Amino acid sequence: MTSFVKPKIRRKNEPVNALNKVRADYDGTASTLCAGCGHDSVTASLARAFYELSIDPQQVVKVSGIGCSSKSPTYFMSDAHAANTVHGRMPAFATGAIAANSALTYIGISGDGDSLSIGLGQLAHAMRRNVDMLYMLYNNGVYGLTKGQFSASADLGSTAKKGPANELPPIDPAALALSVGATFIARSFSGDREQLVPLIKAGLKHKGFALIDVISPCVAFNDHKGSTKSYAHTYQYYHKAVHADYVPPSEEIMTAYGEGELMPVELHDGGTIRLRKLDGEYDPRDRAAAFAKVLDGQDKDEILTGLLYINEDQPDMHARKNTGPRPLNQIPYAELNPGAEKLAALQMTMR
Amino acid sequence: MTGPTINDFVIKVATVNGTGSASANGLLMKAIFRMGVPVVGKNIFPSNIQGLPTWYEIRVTRDGYGGRDGKIHFSVAMNPETYTSDIAELTPGGVLLYDSTWPRSDLTARADVTVIGVPLSAMCNDAFAVARSRVLMKNMAYVGAAAALLDLDMTVIKALVEEMFAGKPKLIPANMQALALGFDYITEHYDYPLPFRVKPMDKTAGKVVIDGNTAAALGCVYGGATFGAWYPITPSTSLMDGFASYCAQLRVDPETGHNNYCIIQAEDELAAAGLTIGAAWNGARAFTPTSGPGISLMSEFIGYAYYAEVAMVLFDIQRVGPSTGMPTRTQQCDIQLCAYASHGDTRHILLFPANPRECFDMAVNALDLAEHFQTPVFFMSDIDIGMNDWMIDELTWDDTYVPDRGKILSADELENIDTFYRYLDTDGDHITYRTLPGTHEKGAYFLRGSGHNKLGRYTEKGPEYKEVVDRLYAKWKSAADAVPAPIIVKAKSKTRCAIIAVGSSDPAVIEARDRLEASGIAIDYMRIRGFPFSKQVEDFIDAHEEVFVIEQNRDAQLLGLLITETSAPKDKFASILHYSGAPLDFRFVYDEIQTAVKVRKIA
Ligand SMILES: Cc1ncc(C[n+]2csc(CCOP(=O)(O)OP(=O)(O)O)c2C)c(N)n1
Ligand code: SF4
Ligand SMILES: [Mg+2]
Repeated sequence: MTSFVKPKIRRKNEPVNALNKVRADYDGTASTLCAGCGHDSVTASLARAFYELSIDPQQVVKVSGIGCSSKSPTYFMSDAHAANTVHGRMPAFATGAIAANSALTYIGISGDGDSLSIGLGQLAHAMRRNVDMLYMLYNNGVYGLTKGQFSASADLGSTAKKGPANELPPIDPAALALSVGATFIARSFSGDREQLVPLIKAGLKHKGFALIDVISPCVAFNDHKGSTKSYAHTYQYYHKAVHADYVPPSEEIMTAYGEGELMPVELHDGGTIRLRKLDGEYDPRDRAAAFAKVLDGQDKDEILTGLLYINEDQPDMHARKNTGPRPLNQIPYAELNPGAEKLAALQMTMR
Repeated sequence: MTGPTINDFVIKVATVNGTGSASANGLLMKAIFRMGVPVVGKNIFPSNIQGLPTWYEIRVTRDGYGGRDGKIHFSVAMNPETYTSDIAELTPGGVLLYDSTWPRSDLTARADVTVIGVPLSAMCNDAFAVARSRVLMKNMAYVGAAAALLDLDMTVIKALVEEMFAGKPKLIPANMQALALGFDYITEHYDYPLPFRVKPMDKTAGKVVIDGNTAAALGCVYGGATFGAWYPITPSTSLMDGFASYCAQLRVDPETGHNNYCIIQAEDELAAAGLTIGAAWNGARAFTPTSGPGISLMSEFIGYAYYAEVAMVLFDIQRVGPSTGMPTRTQQCDIQLCAYASHGDTRHILLFPANPRECFDMAVNALDLAEHFQTPVFFMSDIDIGMNDWMIDELTWDDTYVPDRGKILSADELENIDTFYRYLDTDGDHITYRTLPGTHEKGAYFLRGSGHNKLGRYTEKGPEYKEVVDRLYAKWKSAADAVPAPIIVKAKSKTRCAIIAVGSSDPAVIEARDRLEASGIAIDYMRIRGFPFSKQVEDFIDAHEEVFVIEQNRDAQLLGLLITETSAPKDKFASILHYSGAPLDFRFVYDEIQTAVKVRKIA
């Protein structure tokens, strides 16, 4: 099973983005996931978002853990560096990489097993540090790659393919993220590209840790009747709270904000996120309200989606570490070496 | 090597943890050092913040040997709980100083030692009002008493006190008063100085007193490390503390005020390893200090870095295991763990510094080797080196140093090649080119711990897999000539006998070897400084018939490595093992070898 590179053929009059790249320039190698797996749809949305934002793949770093979901970095944007790390430990690797070079765009891809079981601690701490990255949690309620065991996001009472019901309460990534300090928290569904692509764009442009919990059904092990992470169940209980659109700095917002819209959230790159209320008075800029909404959604068995929380005002890791705009990996050694004389001076107190 | 004489004796101060005795002990040691007399300091401390017994051993050694003596001649017994063992430890003719505020007649039970009582608490209680300062002043008072008994130069001590409190000059008079209390009590009540005492010499010029962790931290700063991740663990904590404080002084951009470094305190060692690898992969010089338990947790990531070929520097400040073991006691017990850390076929580069001077130099070596060979490098220090005060030649730096970043393709180089393959050995030296994210569109590749072929593609094909791991083996082998060469000390006459040791065993072995030679047993000595073993190591073993391998662990881990990784016959070796947790002393080595030589009729 060796992966192969899809040939890139450019059609006549094919639309291009600002970098003169076509959508196919954001493809990767052909997926080896099961046909119909939600993960491939999410990955397609990622490629589309990067394409539409005209981000140069070479300025992107893709990182992942281990799992079917974590294989996905291979399946889009081949021209970006990528690291498929170890199970549940992508957040630490990503944090180190981001510390070394603040100038690139970082996208993490993980599964619910990778993120909420083995990797729960690392995910929580990356959020706490407000590391500047977009973290995609491909959530299917099971460990796909090890053949369908329940993961920590499986809902109470959801049944396994072979019958038994899950007896433990789920860990809700959104509630977790709210409690530990993520500054952009969204939920979506692999089947809802309309919602997902704008969310990915907004998440990529957000300065700080952006988490998107994407329900992404596993057709092999968790798409049956009785599963609460199946396509059918997701469509039935899907509930949109707030729609978010990213507006780049170049595009002026014509009206301040229209009916049913909240005040636009200004981003560090000069762009804005336009928020459209789909569900009453809910305001995702209000953390307490977001908590209440997420808990309420849990009680009602709703799959609450959209941009659930955003806070552009928290310093990200680089700001907290005072590392400045110049990437650490680009500081010439001459500036790092304090010099021989200084070494002698330092040792004066050691005599 | 018989008894205490002028400039050749051992002081042991027994105190209670958390009573602030560290600065008093440092003062005592530095005063002797400034009088030009070589000193060795060993801190023997419990895993505790307050209340348990702690000792500080100062060896005064006119010959300049850097190891422990193994005997105690002058005991400053400030902890009634340990009086019994403190007095029992003294050599005949030894002296015990204690706080006679509460007189203890039982201390005089040993006729062959002199007991000197000084009412330290009573005097300090009379002189100082605040309870905490009474405790601290008592420490200064014992320094004063010891100064009188050992004939220390009070002007040197005063100068040191003034330096110590340069930031808080208000405290100087009280400290001087406390010193005088102890000093005067001795001069008024006892014959002084003692027959063994300190006499000025000129053997400390050009030397400094420093611990290995501080030196390694400086090595990281000078070596150009910009990223450090860690999870606190004794005895490695002071390495990162040192790095942080030197960076705060030396690595803040004077114009922008921005930090030219980043330190992350991780949530655990798994994360610390991941952080380090991530930063290194993305082009920062990165390291993580830890100890055995941390290495255990990092193992999965270590295998990843080995297989995916990412630079990573691990400082293992070894402590007594297994498990939590004795976390404040020293051993060389992670040699096997680190040599082959992680699952699957993995093998690593190890460096064995033997003193703080080498900690400084080898921290730089480690950063260079890790990037040159694109692999984890283990810096095998221990508590003895890392946390004790060593007198060493002043650290020096060559400003023409250029970091060896290894094979990294620049944007221009990428521009001029057709296709970049991450794991293709184009130079035939087993080391392949890497690229940094963001450099050039041709540079992208996929880093993975799963099977990959030489082009960097995923594979499950046996031959493709083997091709890569065989190259990794060859690459590792080739590091034998890049690690620091062994240091060989030859006996004056030709001998069939030899000693092999690593790291902190060095000073005790050096001294034991000298003294064995003086007593007629000629023996060569090789100190190994790196793994994989070089041809020089093999040759040295080949040239001898009886090889003593001295190391600080129960299971003869270094010997195991020598047997597996050289062609030397097993029966050539004899193990000398020291694993009580105390730093190795020369008498132990001397006695073991002397006995072995007699029993086996060799040499
Ligand atoms: C240390 C370790 N333990 C166990 C495994 C086996 N393993 C591989 S993937 C996986 C679960 C993945 O689940 P999830 O993250 O939900 O990904 P999915 O396959 O569902 O997309 C497990 C347990 C491993 N690779 N490493
Ligand atoms: S097992 Fe499930 S998660 Fe994995 S590829 Fe198949 S459908 Fe997707
Ligand atoms: Mg899953």
